[in-house]
Amino acid sequence: MSTPEERRWVGRLQGQVIFAIAFVVFSLLLLSQIGDQTKWVKRTAFFAQPRFWPAVGLGGMVVFGALHFWRLPRRRVRRTDVIEARIWAQPLEYALWFMAYVLMVPVIGYLPVTMAFVPAMVWRMGYRSKKLLWAGAAFGAIVVVVFKAFLQVKIPGAMLYEYLPGALRSFFILNF
Amino acid sequence: MDLIFASLEILARWDVVLALLVGSVGGVLIGAIPGVGPAVAIAILLPATFSMDPIVGLTVLLGIYGSSMYGGAIPAILINTPGTAVNALTTYDGFPMTARGEARRALSLAYSSSFFGGVFSVICLILFAPVLARIAPLFGSREIFLAALLGIILVVVAHRGQSLIAAALACFGIFLNTVGLEAVKYSKRYTFDQSFLSSGIDLIVVVLGLFALSQAFFLLQGEDEKTRITKLKGGLFQGLRELGRHPRVAGVSASFGVLMGMIPGVGEFTAQFLSYTYAQKSSKRPDDFGHGSSEGLIAAETSNNAVPAAAMVPLLALGIPGEALTAMMLSVFYVHNVVPGPQLFQNDMPFVVALYLALLILNVIVLVFLLFATNQLIKVVKIPNRFLGVCILTLSFVGVYSLRNSATDCIIAAVFGLIGFVLKRLSLPAVPIILGMVLGGIMEVKLRAGMARVKTPFDFIERPVSMILFLMILGVLFIHFRRVWLDRKELKQEKWSTKHSSTTFGAHLSRRRDYLLTERGKKLRAKRSMLSRRSTDKN
Repeated sequence: MSTPEERRWVGRLQGQVIFAIAFVVFSLLLLSQIGDQTKWVKRTAFFAQPRFWPAVGLGGMVVFGALHFWRLPRRRVRRTDVIEARIWAQPLEYALWFMAYVLMVPVIGYLPVTMAFVPAMVWRMGYRSKKLLWAGAAFGAIVVVVFKAFLQVKIPGAMLYEYLPGALRSFFILNF
Repeated sequence: MDLIFASLEILARWDVVLALLVGSVGGVLIGAIPGVGPAVAIAILLPATFSMDPIVGLTVLLGIYGSSMYGGAIPAILINTPGTAVNALTTYDGFPMTARGEARRALSLAYSSSFFGGVFSVICLILFAPVLARIAPLFGSREIFLAALLGIILVVVAHRGQSLIAAALACFGIFLNTVGLEAVKYSKRYTFDQSFLSSGIDLIVVVLGLFALSQAFFLLQGEDEKTRITKLKGGLFQGLRELGRHPRVAGVSASFGVLMGMIPGVGEFTAQFLSYTYAQKSSKRPDDFGHGSSEGLIAAETSNNAVPAAAMVPLLALGIPGEALTAMMLSVFYVHNVVPGPQLFQNDMPFVVALYLALLILNVIVLVFLLFATNQLIKVVKIPNRFLGVCILTLSFVGVYSLRNSATDCIIAAVFGLIGFVLKRLSLPAVPIILGMVLGGIMEVKLRAGMARVKTPFDFIERPVSMILFLMILGVLFIHFRRVWLDRKELKQEKWSTKHSSTTFGAHLSRRRDYLLTERGKKLRAKRSMLSRRSTDKN
């Protein structure tokens, strides 16, 4: 049965303890480095010290983080908290997909990588219909054309484009 | 009148007109897709707008900001899922209307109310602009510091029940802003001798991580939802007539939207809450609220659409963003060396009015677009969530990588994406981090400048505006602590009321079990088991 504190809690309670402990530990670790990572400059006013604002930020993180932990309806780690923490690790896979995409673009090219990445991700997400896979590829192509060719955002031409013949090379470097 | 003509001249360019069209239609589309929202779209588009003129870039972003709430009402009314967070209240009365076969009426009323709210706030602010231009120069370094501090405090206390962690996250934002080379004494702060940290942590990288990538991760990790959409038949013009029957509710709600929008850190939710409460209390049929009341729908939609124009006031007049979306827009100003603040109001008033006129035109475009294209537009609701997640992930790349072509930025954004995902899972707010970063930077600069001319602490608040701001800070803190105290009292009462003999007996058994499980309890049981009769069972 839940306690009145648990009933009044705003948001998900599972995992809060682990998050609060991690936040406070992280803040304390950073605060312990303040002497090494910031300077106290002589003949400078207190509020103009380079150390002042990091101290405000980290001090606030420690104090308010600790108070948040102290005000939690329960402060013991339960099995449900561990299950929730495991869910937090799941997007790591997607972050790796994202980083692979980032690293491949300057080598292979924005257009080919995007047109391969989106359908591959769509496949990984469990969609098998040809319609969605084609929609993914089309979406990839549209994104490249809109952002690189039309809006001219700064994405470098790929190393692979260097092997393209003459005019095609500069056309691809500029637009795709 | 000359001012209006000068402003119209700024807008009379093909690229501004295109930006208006793209921003308004794009914003409606983005709003109509549950799970995307204006924050994601603005975060992704920010770097693309850096190469545009400030007026063009800001028009696109304003278009998305101002029109997304129109689109957000569509899924809120038809499938009970708000398209953007601020459309949550629309579901209360919008969906029950759909359930009883009045979807067309609800949508029409939502569009009309949104239009009224949007236009009302823009007209108010155009009329108010000359007054604002006179007040803005009264804000010096000390006043801007106090206004930023007030903004941060309001953001924290607005998260009722989560204010402690909101404060901790705001401080995290303040800390993030300090990382890198300090601009005055040229000393490194928390760089750990890493070259990529020397230039600091870019706000846009954090924004993209916390809003776009985290949303992509959230959608990819979740499940697809099955949606059934009600088919709409007939025109959508009846809402304008119906809105005309409730001028009082519409007028008061729009006024709440304007007022709350102007106060940094308050925004749509408070405006909606106040409007809805007022509409319910003053209604002849208060019981209908939450069950498909047209007045409830008007209050919710009018107030939230009146906010975007008003939210531009602290940004333009003082350079202080009140929430995450305007904080993102601030970076567009900085990139083009346009410093929003009192100087902008004094020197470039036509630019300010042009932005408001752009918002006014945008509302007209959106209304016309929605009145004719809603039937086609509602199909976007059917896009599967995880497919949408893939799309956001792909678009996030453009946002992060195009900044500096740096893979390190992408790693930092991915880390903030993971942090944002955890915050989303725990229903904790990410907005205080962004505002902490932006307002922390403003506070650092303004406090240093303000303290240079201050001899005693009281000098800091000797000027009338700074004194008013200081009193406002004290007032907000007093109200917050009073509310916390009352909440605690209520909790105590609830605890006492639920405490009866059975719970006392349960607590007694629980203590007994804990005791028996301790070392001493184990020893005692072992000792007593010696005295008990031995088992005759050979196994």
